[in-house]
Amino acid sequence: MNKTLNEPILRLENIRKSFSGVQVLHGIDVTINSGEVLGILGENGAGKSTLLKVISGLHQATSGSVYLDQKQIHIKNPAVAKKYGIAMIPQEFNLVSTLNVFENVFLGQELKQGRFLDKNKMRERTQALLNQLETHLDPDALIETLSVAEKQMVEIAKALVHDVRILIMDEPTTVLTNQEVAVLFRLIDKLKAQGVTIVFISHKLKEVKLLCDRLMILRDGHLVSIEPVAGLNEQEMASKMVGRELNQIFPEHSQASTEIALQVEQLSINNLLHNIEFKVHRGEILGFAGLIGSGRTEMAEAIMGLRKKNSGKVKIFNQNVTIHAAKDAVKHGLAYLSEDRQGSGLIMNFNLPENISLISLKKYIKGFIQHKKTTESAARYSEQFAIKAPSLDSELQYLSGGNQQKVYLAKWMDTDPEILILDEPTRGVDINTKKDIYHFIHSLTEQGKAVIIISSEMEELIGLSHRILVIREGKIAGELVGKEIEEQKIMFLAAGVNDKTPRMEPIL
Amino acid sequence: MTNKIVSETAIQPSALSRWIKSISLTSMAPLIALIVLLILSAMVSDHFLIPRNLTNVLRQVSYTGIIALGMTFLIIAGGIDLSVGSMLALVGVLVIMILNHLGDGWMAVMIAISAAMALGAFFGAINGWLTTKGKITAFVATLATMSIFRSFTLYISDAGEMVSRNNLYSDVGTGYFLGLPVPVWVFLILAIIGHILLRHTAYGRHLCAVGSNPKVASYSAINVSKVYFLSFIILGFTVGISAVMLSSRLNSISPGDAGLFYELDAIAAVVIGGTALSGGKGTIWGTVIGAIILGIINNMLNLSGVSPYLQGAVKGFVILIAVLMQYKRAQ
Repeated sequence: MNKTLNEPILRLENIRKSFSGVQVLHGIDVTINSGEVLGILGENGAGKSTLLKVISGLHQATSGSVYLDQKQIHIKNPAVAKKYGIAMIPQEFNLVSTLNVFENVFLGQELKQGRFLDKNKMRERTQALLNQLETHLDPDALIETLSVAEKQMVEIAKALVHDVRILIMDEPTTVLTNQEVAVLFRLIDKLKAQGVTIVFISHKLKEVKLLCDRLMILRDGHLVSIEPVAGLNEQEMASKMVGRELNQIFPEHSQASTEIALQVEQLSINNLLHNIEFKVHRGEILGFAGLIGSGRTEMAEAIMGLRKKNSGKVKIFNQNVTIHAAKDAVKHGLAYLSEDRQGSGLIMNFNLPENISLISLKKYIKGFIQHKKTTESAARYSEQFAIKAPSLDSELQYLSGGNQQKVYLAKWMDTDPEILILDEPTRGVDINTKKDIYHFIHSLTEQGKAVIIISSEMEELIGLSHRILVIREGKIAGELVGKEIEEQKIMFLAAGVNDKTPRMEPIL
Repeated sequence: MTNKIVSETAIQPSALSRWIKSISLTSMAPLIALIVLLILSAMVSDHFLIPRNLTNVLRQVSYTGIIALGMTFLIIAGGIDLSVGSMLALVGVLVIMILNHLGDGWMAVMIAISAAMALGAFFGAINGWLTTKGKITAFVATLATMSIFRSFTLYISDAGEMVSRNNLYSDVGTGYFLGLPVPVWVFLILAIIGHILLRHTAYGRHLCAVGSNPKVASYSAINVSKVYFLSFIILGFTVGISAVMLSSRLNSISPGDAGLFYELDAIAAVVIGGTALSGGKGTIWGTVIGAIILGIINNMLNLSGVSPYLQGAVKGFVILIAVLMQYKRAQ
């Protein structure tokens, strides 16, 4: 690690990547210097994680080349990347919770003496690594007994087992408290002093400003700029990140009625939600903002009967209703588009008609299922939403994320809902599908339906909502109406007054 | 709306062309295997195509085949049941006890048959209850009930052969209708009912959804435990019917041997028929073909004088080939 500083170490040339037809990276050219901390900023879906996964071997670029020390290399998988000294600490940790620290640090790279594991040597080396990281972790502690920050330390130790030249960190601070963040930053400084190059993804502009030497900004899979952090202020970073005029992709707001569609009172879940109260009117879009883990999704699930609540009254069009299961919610005209389209939304080996009619199946039954009617209705939706599928008979797994999302919307629309709760309605879809979905949501309000949007994308919430409620730690922290709606204010409410590095996605 | 063309061509082909499209070459694999096997068997032995031989094969197939129909439902739902063989023996013994208690006459036979269906469904419900309410994995729960059912069977019968004293009962299992044995008719009729239930009712659709992804199913307002529980009851019901067919054929039941390894034959038929053990997908007609393939293999090995000790090995290879083909298809 005696490389001179600021010499090019890794060069990416024209990196392109597409997933099932949707292009995520459009020809990225970047040179990374040795011993620098390079920050990467971008909205959700800008292609940050994909780019890093290409570098660390988790994804293969569709085209383009990677040069290490001026020599072209092919990073086929993470093991190859490791050999070249490139290691990544993923957002979600890859630790085996039933094994202890040193077993995890050496997982897949165990030290052996003859045919047997050399536990003592692994324990010693782990201890040395942990000392280097200034943590007091016991190499024999079980992973499941560790805190999130400690687990992250184990991940870092795991990356440092081999001489690491480039260490990639994907949003390492989102899961840490302020003190833990300070420890992490000290560690990064130390590694940097040893000549290690750090690539650092974050949504927190303050952090990036504090920590990074240079900053790379991605938008919709394109490289917007790469320049020294010193010359940028936070406003400039933000405008480069968002880039386009918001009103281009968002429709005008429609006029909300005064008739209350859904009213929730005193909704509580132990340790998760405390006394949530709100109303939403016909023709209104109510946005829910909040940090990840603030309880937004749990709130929606409780309203839908998918999660047990400790207390809470739900009124629909001024009638008290009891909802014990999703079936009851559907009967009362509620719909909930989950944030996890593949995990809780669609049956991936069902075709379009089977998925679209799954909740509304009763409509199509006269003695037996009328397959012809389900197909006709699927055909109507695919025309209305411009769903691109090889055929209606295609299983959903062969559709792109954006088209899956449209099928998911169609599935709920087929239940003829009056009140829709849309949780991250545009997660992982491309910008054009986003626009389609925004206009569709707008058309719902024109039909007098009530819409609740839960989103981590500020731009989306601000562009669509008549009103925004901010949730913090399971409580409603504040309400913003019409002209009051600003990113700064939302963030202020979401993160609380005293939090200097609020966790927000994205933060501006 | 750039893809109008795509959606228009995708709209609504006729029912016939949709049917033809749905039976793509890959899903035809079990049927093709059956046809190849029929031709092979006819070449190997002159006796194979004799009607009496064929009806015997079908009768042999029907006992495990009926259970395999119910097993198809459970496996599609993502479950498995190892207790069906023991359950069959238990229901068989109980039915003959009921019959002997009731005495002679058709009335007694009808009551006994109804009792068999009810008992089968009840034992299935026990398995279903253990897995849904008790949260025990189906494999372990039914491994336990396999042992329990067999043990009770031996206990209540004192491990001795149970013989029916009703002289009409054996007409059920030995009877013929339009040239086919009664159990074969029962097998085929149940297969048709099963197919309709699986393909054309909400229950069947929900079953596939639950087996494919239970979380998606529950978010789609489906009562997952209820669907799963019902599939155990359906399987128990088919076991009850199979118990009647078997015990009335012999007019007796042997508590130690009856139904031994039937769970394996039933699961094998389902797997050979193309239903994925991981759940979510499967067909009844595939299971029917799977069961018949197993029956023909046994018959062909018998006719061609292959050692009975080797028959198990052949069955095993056929299962492996079927699963390997599924795996290739999945890729």
